[in-house]
Amino acid sequence: MSLVPLQPRHITRFDWKEAMTNPSSPAITAVDVHKSFGDNVVLDGLDLAVEQGSVFALLGPNGAGKTTIVRILATLLEADHGTIRVAGRDVRAEADAVRAAIGVTGQFSAVDGLLTGAENLALMADLHHLPRSAARGRIAELLERFELTEAADRIAMTYSGGMRRRLDLAMTLIGSPEVIFLDEPSTGLDPSSRRTVWEIVRSLADEGTTVFLTTQYLEEADRLADRVAILDRGRLVAEGSAQELKQRIPGGRIDVRFTDADAQLAGAAALGMPVSDHHSPSLQIPTDGNVATLRRVLRDLDEADVDVVDLAIHTPDLDDVFFALTGRGAHPQESRTEEEVHR
Amino acid sequence: MTATYALRDSTTMLRRDLLHLQRYPGLSLFPIFMPVVLLLLFVYVFGGTLGNGITVGGGRGAYINFLTPGMLLFTVAGAAQITAISVSKDMTEGIIARFKTMRIWRPAVLAGHVFSSLVLTLISLAVTIAVALAIGYDPAAGPVNWLAAVGVLVLLAVALIWLSVAFGLLAKSVETASNMPMFLILLTFLSSSFVPVASMPGALRWFAENQPFTPVTDTVRNLLAGQHFGGAGLKAIVWCLAITAASYLWARYLYNRRPAN
Repeated sequence: MSLVPLQPRHITRFDWKEAMTNPSSPAITAVDVHKSFGDNVVLDGLDLAVEQGSVFALLGPNGAGKTTIVRILATLLEADHGTIRVAGRDVRAEADAVRAAIGVTGQFSAVDGLLTGAENLALMADLHHLPRSAARGRIAELLERFELTEAADRIAMTYSGGMRRRLDLAMTLIGSPEVIFLDEPSTGLDPSSRRTVWEIVRSLADEGTTVFLTTQYLEEADRLADRVAILDRGRLVAEGSAQELKQRIPGGRIDVRFTDADAQLAGAAALGMPVSDHHSPSLQIPTDGNVATLRRVLRDLDEADVDVVDLAIHTPDLDDVFFALTGRGAHPQESRTEEEVHR
Repeated sequence: MTATYALRDSTTMLRRDLLHLQRYPGLSLFPIFMPVVLLLLFVYVFGGTLGNGITVGGGRGAYINFLTPGMLLFTVAGAAQITAISVSKDMTEGIIARFKTMRIWRPAVLAGHVFSSLVLTLISLAVTIAVALAIGYDPAAGPVNWLAAVGVLVLLAVALIWLSVAFGLLAKSVETASNMPMFLILLTFLSSSFVPVASMPGALRWFAENQPFTPVTDTVRNLLAGQHFGGAGLKAIVWCLAITAASYLWARYLYNRRPAN
């Protein structure tokens, strides 16, 4: 266990033996993972691989199985079938070795409400068997980093949601884990706390920690993750960088709104396209987003002297990806969690 | 990683659970004051009459000497209720998932609760004994008998604490967990703790004679009266060990089976 905190991991934890025998060992691999609760099939042949030092976002609506896979990867739950390795260790056969290498922040706050922030961190340091002196330094440093120094001696029950989450993350980090699991890290947080959590996640990745996070927020996956995978009905239906996923679907278009139906007809004629929308005086022109297309559209409309009320460029976001891949939108506002469903 | 860190992790958890008792006096003071209130109630309200049933013309003085050992059992049973609540509280909160994803000695979580409950029980016993002595309890026991009596009470405490740990693990909510050990308190009334078993009618008397609290009460009563361990002693110890073993296995099964939050 590294006692030198917050050093770039690839320097402090370089294991040449492992590097020799297994040059590109991913931080997490899961092959053909199945898990059912009674008749309810939650994971149905899931495969995934997460590179060391990357941020991997698992995106899916409620009930897709996100929490279940996190719990399996974090040794809280056993899969019915499948091979899973985390930090190079088998989660079933070497659960304790896996536990030594991971940190988990669940969907539900895992802080001790009756202990102060500092005591919560001290508890974690004790359970990581850190020597007293090393623990003191590490605790002070984490309190500082997570802006909890002032609240350090207040019991955690009095903390706000954002403070609790920050303390939760700090507790997860005290043992300098190689792989961190964050189950919906920003659910229920206000925008400013969410930004803080995002900054922390990014800085962890910059230090070389592998981060596996689940989210129902497309923006969060887009913003944080090197790789995004979409989970639907127990399987990954897509995987790639956010950019790659966006390219896979034809979502880009220019929306032009006209004053009335006559202008709409004139505009369609000028652009040489049919009127498809008879309900509102607008046109949707497909585009890959380049400037030349936009310039051509504006020039054609200008030359035909058509009045344009409003123009918007719509680039595909992960919501479009999600819709294109699953035929359904993601509905983050539905707040029944998987946890509740499984109980 | 087996038991390398067993002691260290258990101590860490014990420290945490003791802090909880300290920070949540609404919970931890209950088992300390409840027996005192009951002791005063039974001695001063019922004692005058009940004492005459113990020894002819014995009155309040006879009853306090009869009651105090039984009250100590009640104290042990009451403290166990807090164990079930604390364990259930832990299991229904997110922190247990954190503990289970750490490389710690897994039973440490339960060990912490068992030892902190034992500490709470010993404090409660000390308070009950102090109050009893202050209001006229006059035991004939010497130091050796006192030690033996406390030993028997600790055996019973360990048994009931493990049973309550299992209840705490079994209950789906803290409210349920707090109700489950209630029957233990009822059982003290259906034993020789408050009145002699001989005064009870047929079936009830049979039940009282054959349930574990009666031999334990009788043993503690004999020891504190300066007498020998007696035939009840062996029965009491066997009961305590049997309950401990069964409850421990049950609790271990529930703990490993129950998925963490």
